[in-house]
Amino acid sequence: MGVQLLLEKAKVEGIRKYEVYRREGGYRSVEKALKTMSPEVIVEEVKKSGLRGRGGAGFPTGMKWSFIAKPEGVPRHLVCNADESEPGTFKDRFLMEFIPHLLIEGLIVSSFALGSNTTYIYIRGEYAWVAEILEFAIGEAKANGFLGKNILGTGFDCEIYVHRGAGAYICGEETALIESLEGKRGNPRIKPPFPAIQGAWMRPTVVNNVETLAAIVPIINLGGDEYAKIGVGKSTGTKLMSACGNIKKPGVYEIDMTISVEEFIFSDEYCGGIANGKRLKACIPGGSSVPILPANLLLKTAKGDTRYMNYESLSDGGFATGSMMGSGGFIVLDEDQCVVKNTYTFARFYRHESCGQCSPCREGTGWMEKLLLRLENGQGKISDIDLLWDIQRKIEGNTICPLGDAAAWPVAAAIRHFRDEFEWHVTHAEEAVKRNYGLAHYADPIHVPA
Amino acid sequence: MNKFSEEKLAKVKEIISHYPEGKQKSALLPVLHIAQDSFGGWLSAETMDYVAELLQITPIEVYEVATFYSMYNLKPVGKYMFEVCQTGPCMLNGSDNIIAYIGEKLGIKPGETTADGLFTLKTAECLGACGYAPMMQLGKHYREHLTKEKVDSIIEECRKNAEANN
Ligand SMILES: Cc1cc2nc3c(=O)[nH]c(=O)nc-3n(C[C@H](O)[C@H](O)[C@H](O)COP(=O)(O)O)c2cc1C
Ligand code: SF4
Repeated sequence: MGVQLLLEKAKVEGIRKYEVYRREGGYRSVEKALKTMSPEVIVEEVKKSGLRGRGGAGFPTGMKWSFIAKPEGVPRHLVCNADESEPGTFKDRFLMEFIPHLLIEGLIVSSFALGSNTTYIYIRGEYAWVAEILEFAIGEAKANGFLGKNILGTGFDCEIYVHRGAGAYICGEETALIESLEGKRGNPRIKPPFPAIQGAWMRPTVVNNVETLAAIVPIINLGGDEYAKIGVGKSTGTKLMSACGNIKKPGVYEIDMTISVEEFIFSDEYCGGIANGKRLKACIPGGSSVPILPANLLLKTAKGDTRYMNYESLSDGGFATGSMMGSGGFIVLDEDQCVVKNTYTFARFYRHESCGQCSPCREGTGWMEKLLLRLENGQGKISDIDLLWDIQRKIEGNTICPLGDAAAWPVAAAIRHFRDEFEWHVTHAEEAVKRNYGLAHYADPIHVPA
Repeated sequence: MNKFSEEKLAKVKEIISHYPEGKQKSALLPVLHIAQDSFGGWLSAETMDYVAELLQITPIEVYEVATFYSMYNLKPVGKYMFEVCQTGPCMLNGSDNIIAYIGEKLGIKPGETTADGLFTLKTAECLGACGYAPMMQLGKHYREHLTKEKVDSIIEECRKNAEANN
């Protein structure tokens, strides 16, 4: 197992409790930051660490923090994005459920750095029991002087409140999240203004992912430079991956981003290989929005180099032959799975989750869902495949928020890499309905189980 | 008419205090959760009007929110609601079969409630449990790694609980 910065202590008996967490070295970063560092110095350390947002877009966190406006007399807010609704992603839940104090610790330091005296955790409504775990941890932190007024006698005041959503993927988009926090429908806002200038209640606001904010703890403890030494290139630190689909050992893994995709899927330390003695067919490495890759392009890049589990390597080849790190939701398909059907479930998901403000997204997602269902049911035409391609292109880039792109990309990649499987659903309609899988030639020829 | 108990009113007041002065509308989502839990598992027009009054906002502001989010039920639902995820990762692990099995066993289709008012079957989109698929949400908790046997025992458990509470 590589270096563990976030989950190292997650398995310690009783770590959810403050005393145990503290005994294991918890809340040291709050002491260090509040007593010996200024907000500006903390932002510098985060910049040096090279930390990139773990919510999906990978934007450098230190830079994002430096954009926050500081108008005289206007409160600022930090909001933790715990909406986690991208299919394939369940890493934030794991962190909050098993080591909640790590997030609270990161939030206190980050709130200090950003000047947020009232910080919110926006958590998806379905994670009701996780919200209770967090509220309990907040209560303990407060009882021990790490939250509330005049924390550790430094004069810094901070409260953290948990705000439960109510079922809407779109509320993970930061401006929709802010609308939802204000008690409204989750309709994304047109940017600019950016939240760092006018966010929640028109006040300067920073929205960051759970994992991003937890990573502030090791950055403060180690120092930004030391943190940046872990990993490779612009993929510094560790990354939580939530692995699922047809693998032997689904779950959440903390990786340092130097391991190969092959090692991640096949080694017993991580996914343990493909389940049920089958072969690997395809993988969506970063949550439902990112391009699906067939086994050959997943394990090696188009140039024939080993593909690694980091931001640069996963996107090597662009959308033509690469994918993205995204949210770290790693979805594996075995040789018997049907790409058309899988793509259909995603199209249905995005249609369900579109907020409906923009016509290309509202109409396009529903249209793609219908066409994909038709193909999946053996009632499609070859021209439907071209129509799908056309629709996704007209959605991409033409909407207020990136949900439109997120809906378009999986369809585009599925057609790009698995076109003959789509065609097969038309030319072999009866067979396609009877046996729910496509073509064997995509299966990985190297890792053949005995 | 439905009204919150003193204890719940105090909770609502506490929640409002989490947000800036005059921004009590921000408490709408959490308060609707409490209302739904308190008044039979769904939000009637009457309940929504009551929440509007409590938060000093117009009823339409409550309706537009209640209709946007999938967790708010705008119609009565069964005492036990099985919300079974059907998105990609769950599908890859056989959620279709689980949904069909529950439907058969209870004699209802997704979206329907059993005649005795005990069970509602609903399909859901990704609930963030992809590694523990197939799964469903039942009340405030997740039931994961579902098999037919597990479904049987969950239904049994619900029936027993319902009897015990009668
Ligand atoms: C449709 C949509 C859904 C999103 N869902 C999430 C989410 O569930 N969690 C998350 O952290 N970021 C999500 N994001 C990204 C956020 O908008 C934002 O970039 C992120 O919270 C910033 O945090 P980070 O810089 O720490 O990654 C989503 C974006 C879009 C467009
Ligand atoms: S792209 Fe879709 S989800 Fe985003 S604002 Fe437009 S309609 Fe809403």
